[in-house]
This record gives sequence, structure tokens and C-alpha cells, in this order.
Amino acid sequence: MGTDAFEITVNFLKMVLIFLMMVQIVPLLVWVERRGSAFIQNRFGPNRVGPLGLTQLLADAVKFLTKEEFIPARGYPFLFYAAPVVAMIPAVLAFGAIPLSMPIAVEAFEMFGHQWGPYSFAFQSYEIGIGIVFVLGVSSLAAFSMLMAGYGSNNKFALYGALRASAQTISYELAMGLSIVGVILLFGTFNFLDIVNAQSGPMQFSLLGQQVTLGFLPNWGIFYQPLGAVILFAAMFAETNRLPFDLPEAESELVAGYHTEYAGFKFNMFFIGEYGHMLVASALMVTFYFGGYTLWPFLTPETAPKLVGGLAQWMGGFGFNVNTWTSVLSAFLLHGVFVLKLALFLWIFIWVRWTLPRFRYDQLMDLGWRKMLPWALFNTILTAVVILIMRNNWSA
Amino acid sequence: MSQLLPVLVLALFVIIFGVVLLWFASLISEKGRKDPVKDETYECGLPSDTSGPTKISIKFYLTAILFILFDIEIIFMFPWALTYGEFIAAGHGLYILGAMSFFLAVFIFGLFWEVKSRALEWE
Repeated sequence: MGTDAFEITVNFLKMVLIFLMMVQIVPLLVWVERRGSAFIQNRFGPNRVGPLGLTQLLADAVKFLTKEEFIPARGYPFLFYAAPVVAMIPAVLAFGAIPLSMPIAVEAFEMFGHQWGPYSFAFQSYEIGIGIVFVLGVSSLAAFSMLMAGYGSNNKFALYGALRASAQTISYELAMGLSIVGVILLFGTFNFLDIVNAQSGPMQFSLLGQQVTLGFLPNWGIFYQPLGAVILFAAMFAETNRLPFDLPEAESELVAGYHTEYAGFKFNMFFIGEYGHMLVASALMVTFYFGGYTLWPFLTPETAPKLVGGLAQWMGGFGFNVNTWTSVLSAFLLHGVFVLKLALFLWIFIWVRWTLPRFRYDQLMDLGWRKMLPWALFNTILTAVVILIMRNNWSA
Repeated sequence: MSQLLPVLVLALFVIIFGVVLLWFASLISEKGRKDPVKDETYECGLPSDTSGPTKISIKFYLTAILFILFDIEIIFMFPWALTYGEFIAAGHGLYILGAMSFFLAVFIFGLFWEVKSRALEWE
């Protein structure tokens, strides 16, 4: 985690802060979801508690905490209590590996009469070299918490919901993994930072051995992988168990699916898990196909330091030197770009939920196995062939 | 190993966070009275009619088995995709695509056979 006290402290605080931010964004998203659904369905939504109903979140939190403890008499208490805690882990671990902005370079400085060496802090919980594989592996652990909840409740509706959820999650994971193969073929790396850096300039590719630059478009993955992006995004809806793929919680058939027996804060933890998966899905879309935290030609790791130069000059007197402040400020500026893109995708998630009706279960499995999997395979083969034709040196 | 240490720390932190919250909620929550009817499994208000484990469709088992097969095949494509660009740069592009197309043919045949044998149809 680091070599000295300062580095370890910052890395740990960073990790905790990102996790708490994720937990805090959940009530906000719930508010957006309720107000947004009301807007879409021509209703008012929560508007009584505080301005625009914003403090409804606090009221909900208090209510969640004071709800009566309940555990079904025939359930398995350990599994029943462990499932909501486990539900939060996969999304948090996966989100931690995604870069939220460019790394911060801290130059050597003096504090408490001690010389602290130069550091480089990644703007994410931890850097994993094989980020894509890590995120895929960790986020698929979500099926376990659903199965634990369904089995621990010892309720037939909960068990049906859990089985549906896990079958659906694993079925769409195939299409998801296969559409990511296209991204790896394109960028040739498992590392998120390398993928973002590859997208931070103008559109540039090699055509039959010659370099072509299109100055009016950014070098985003969406222009090379439109089919893969659509498949990945659709599969993400199924992975997060949201409409139109919310069969595990189909109210008209299964009461509430795997969390039928849950109330109060345990129920809220499943919520944190679900919205956390939404965050991971949106962050992956942004990182793979929409340039991550860069927005060429306005904000890139090259132009951001110039934009914040004046402010960094002024702040140079406080603790760190000018170069460090420039790095910190530009990282936060680029983080703003990332958050904006993330918010756009989160809104699309909410928008789709309140617009599309639910699939039938056989249609769902049919779509996953017999339509999206072959299309993702087609995308992989097409990408491989096109990359070979474009990049190969045919004259040799 | 040093890369995965923070992951372990974060996972432990999340578990502690969750357990402390559950404990705190159980401290301040409403204390209701115990009642055998209230504690019964919720099945839409009717007395529960399931005694043993619920019977489930064998289709779920089949789906899981097929998933494992196909997922391993997809994972095998990851290293190929990673090194594909390097092979092209070294001038072996056609070779690596040809080698992979044999594997892809097996994959497509498997998928086709699965559809043909109606293993993926849910009634």
C-alpha cells in the first residue's frame, strides 16, 4: 500500500473516501430515480420533506435504521445476516479499480521537520495491472449474495428470485465478456489507465500501413466498437437486475424476489449493492467507449495543467509547491469530466427503467444466449479481421 | 501480491462497515413482540405450504453447466486479444487469426449444437 506513513495514510483514506462516496451517492440516486420516474410518469414524486424533497433521503435513512429486526423463523440466520453485507462487496471492489482521474504527482516536500519523498497517487482505490479481468471477476461474485439471501430466507419466492437472478447474471456475463474482447483487441491492454490514455487525443488509426488522423473527432472507443458498446450496455442492465431485465424481482410473480424477507437496513444494503453495480457499469461504459476522464480537445491530461495554472500559482504557498498543486487541481478538474459522463449514463439507466416494460423469462434467456452471444461473437471476429486488414503491413 | 493487499483491506473495511451498521440498527430499532404467525415465512398471507426444500427446475442446473463451458472458452480469448496487436506488428497477423479461427469454429459449432438440441429453450 505504500512505503512510508504518508503514502499509506493517503492510500487508505482515499480508499475509504471513495467507498463512502459510493454509499452516499445511493440515496441521491434514489432521489433522482423517484423524482425522475415522477417526471416521466407525470406525477409529483417526493416533494414534501425539504426543498424539492431532498431531505427525504435523511428521513428514509432514519426509517431504515429504526425498522424492527425481523428474521423468518425457518430461515438460516447466518446466511440471512451475511447476504446483505456480502451484497455490497463486489460492486465496491470493482469500482475501486476504475480510474476516476489522472494520477496525482506529489513532489518532495517537508512536513514535521521530515523530508517526504516524491509520490504518485492513482486517482482510484487501487491500481490493478490487469484491471479488466479483475473487474469482471469481482463483479460476477454478486450472484453469491443473491443465492445466500434466497437460500437463507427459506422462502420459495426468495429462492425462485435468487435462482432467476443468478441464472440471468451468468447468462449475460457471456455476452458481456465477449463484447469486452473487442475492446481488448482494439487497445491491446488490460489496464484501464492505458485505455483512457489511448483515447485522450484526436482520432488516429492506421489504414493499410498509413497513419490517418481525423482532427474533428476524439479517439473514443465508441467509433471503433459501436456494436460492442450496445451489447455491453444491454448486458449491464441484465447484470444489475434492472428493468427491462428485473425478472428476479418481478413483483407480480415473486413478491420481491430474493429480498422478500428483508426489511430496514438489510434491505438498504441490497440497494447499495444494486446502485453500486449501476455505478460500475456506467464507469466501464465511460472508460471503454467514451474516453474516460478526458474530453478532447477541451480537457486532456495535457491541457488541464494550463487551465489551472493561475490558481496553482496562487496556492503554491500552502504546504506543497506549485507543480504539486497543478497536478492536484488538474486531476480534480478531469474528475469533474468523469463525473459528468458517469451522471449521463446513470440517468440513462433510470430513464430506461421507467420507459421499457419487463421481458418474459424465456424471452430473457433467448435474448441472452441466442441473440446477444452470437452478435458479440460476430463483433469479436469482425474486430479481429478489420484490425488485421488495417494494421497489417501488406507490402512486406 | 502487493497489488492485491489494498483489495483485501477494502473488502475487510466493507465487511466491518456492514456488520457495525447491522449491529447499530439492531440496537436502536423498534422491538416488536415475538409471534409464531408473524415470524412465519411470507407466502402472500396464506399458511406456508412448503415443508422441505423447494423443488426447482433442472434448467437452472443446465444453464450453469453451459455457462461454465462457454465462460472458459471466452476467458481463453482474453490472452489472444491482448497479444493480437503485437503479433500483427511482428508480421504474424494472418497466423494468429488463422490459429484462433480454428478455436472460434469449435465455439460456434458448440453454440450451434446447443441451439439445435433445444438446450436453451425455456418453456
